[in-house]
Amino acid sequence: MRAFLSILASVLVVALGFWAYRENYATQAAIDDVERLGHELAETRAALSVLRAEWAYLNRPDRLRDLVDLNFDRLELMPLLPEQFAAVDEVAFPPAVRLPLLSDDPVDVVNGGGGLE
Amino acid sequence: MIRTPLRPLARILDARAKGENPDAIERENIRLRHEDMRERARNRAEGRLFVLALFFVAAFGTVGIRMGVLASTSPSEPREATSGTAILANRADITDREGRILATNLLTYSLYAQPPQMIDPAAAARALVDIFPELDEERLIRQFTGERTFVWVKRRISPEQMQAVHDIGDPGLLFGPREMRLYPNGALAAHVLGGATFGREGVHSAEVLGVAGVEKTFDTWLRDPANEGRPLTLSLDLSVQAAVETVLEGGMMMMNAVGAAAVLMDARTGEVIALASLPDFDPNDRPATPTSGDPSRSPLFNHAVQGLYELGSTYKIFAAAQAMELGLMTPETMVDTAGPLKWGSFSISDFRNYGPRLSLADVIVKSSNIGAARVALEIGGTRQREFLGSLGLLEPTAIEMAEAPGIRPQFPSGAWSEISSMTISYGHGISASPLHLAAAYASVVNGGRRVIPTLLRTETPLRGPRVVSDGTSEALRRMLRGVVTHGTATFADVPGYRVGGKTGTADKPLLDGRGYEEDKVIATFAGVFPADNPAYVLVVTLDEPEETSGTEPRRTAGWTAVPVAAEIIRRVAPLLGLRPEIANARPNGLTLARN
Repeated sequence: MRAFLSILASVLVVALGFWAYRENYATQAAIDDVERLGHELAETRAALSVLRAEWAYLNRPDRLRDLVDLNFDRLELMPLLPEQFAAVDEVAFPPAVRLPLLSDDPVDVVNGGGGLE
Repeated sequence: MIRTPLRPLARILDARAKGENPDAIERENIRLRHEDMRERARNRAEGRLFVLALFFVAAFGTVGIRMGVLASTSPSEPREATSGTAILANRADITDREGRILATNLLTYSLYAQPPQMIDPAAAARALVDIFPELDEERLIRQFTGERTFVWVKRRISPEQMQAVHDIGDPGLLFGPREMRLYPNGALAAHVLGGATFGREGVHSAEVLGVAGVEKTFDTWLRDPANEGRPLTLSLDLSVQAAVETVLEGGMMMMNAVGAAAVLMDARTGEVIALASLPDFDPNDRPATPTSGDPSRSPLFNHAVQGLYELGSTYKIFAAAQAMELGLMTPETMVDTAGPLKWGSFSISDFRNYGPRLSLADVIVKSSNIGAARVALEIGGTRQREFLGSLGLLEPTAIEMAEAPGIRPQFPSGAWSEISSMTISYGHGISASPLHLAAAYASVVNGGRRVIPTLLRTETPLRGPRVVSDGTSEALRRMLRGVVTHGTATFADVPGYRVGGKTGTADKPLLDGRGYEEDKVIATFAGVFPADNPAYVLVVTLDEPEETSGTEPRRTAGWTAVPVAAEIIRRVAPLLGLRPEIANARPNGLTLARN
């Protein structure tokens, strides 16, 4: 019985040691991972700030104004002026789109072509 | 185990035969056995002690070695703690009210040299001058071959330049990262933003310090890591600011002015939506502060905040406001305007003769100096001073710009004499910045609540202390509207926006402070739109304008500042989301018919 207990204890010690060893390495791997992600995050953040700066630079009003002037032929953009406001009822309805006929030989329902009379 | 018997029969028999006591044999054997047992016990105990000693040696050895290792390794941060929340050491961005970036950071590199590590200093210097023509080759060679172990070559270089320097291949040329302040919109809102410069510099980083404008006022806030990278949101609107600057620049050129300023303010909250001053500069490359000449001619000078001008007839509205608020007058009260008004050695006259009497409303509409002076006489200097003080016209503005606290309006010290009081009523003998005027106009037209100008976006409007009653405020707005419909500012009538406002043309004081320039004026228009439901206040000031389309040059504000202000309103109001209201513009959708 005593021998069994000591064997059990030593097996337990070995098992726990193995577990602790594995956990230790798993933790270190996780920390490495977090560190790598942190670096990646910092890099992405730096890239993002560069992109945002560039976006702001490309969208600066001076440049947009020049682009609008250069492309006036195609875009015909004008500064926003009071005359451009309108009420909804001043907007013309779009022309009604007629559905194409499905059949080559339509049935005339308006003039009673159905022969119900 | 074979046990030795205690009384071996052979020896007992032998002893009996010899007549000895056989018990002695037994005792002897017991003694031997005990000795034997003791021997074995001692051996075992010794063995155990030995194992234990080994164990202790191993344990203490481990502890000792570990201590030695810890003592000899360099310290490092615990990895788990540092990889938590990253501390953002960046200077925070500055954005406009819609979150569009006005100022941000960009990572660039600085170039420095460590001469002891250089292989061929002369060749490196020559190659550097090829890349940076502004460097002096002689000086570089002197620095590289002298005693110094560290030399700054360039504070800021672009990635292309960095690559070119890298290609020189000298191990003594090194790069350090530099966060650089970038203003992507160039000169836009330059005076508000101010600019930044490097403070203390190290190889791996440099402090970025604000030198003017909000960059300086909020320097500590912008650098505080506790904000976790939150941007500073200003009240400015980028597109409105751009439109104001464009129109103002055009207007300044057309009117041949040497400087111009515009302030657009939310009439209820005091938020500054646009603040422009011309000429301006690029904050990315802030010019040096001028050491000679007239500082107000420098592009760094902010006419809207730092420019103290006698703003002329725009002040008449305050005299009218106070007269009505005190119950002395109503808009219909007739005021004696027969001129010229002689007061001691002074003589006050009008631009032209407006007849013997005008109603208070017409004094404003026609801009009668004599009328305003008579109103001021009724009010009295003490009360006038108190009222202008309550509008913030006698103290520096509270706007969040580094320059603002030093800009103290100028006015006669001590009790105001009658003549001071009279000239102040039409805006002479007292000076303030266009920003002061905008805040004071906002305060009297918005229903009578004091407005504190601010550059920060405010979520909830503050209800300032009351300066005039609702009724007075409404009457003032009607007067201001009258000035635009049939007074001195008819050019300001932008269809649909019911602009109200007041012009002011003041002679420029001579630089030595004695008297006034002959034909140099400050033309100002202070307006509010829409006049019946005031949303925004606009102040446009032109420095030395001259409109030359007629036979003789015209300098009055009605011909110079007003058309510019009108164009600003026309461009800006739609951007601010104000819908023009044109009477009967919309045909009635239903037609009544009867059969």
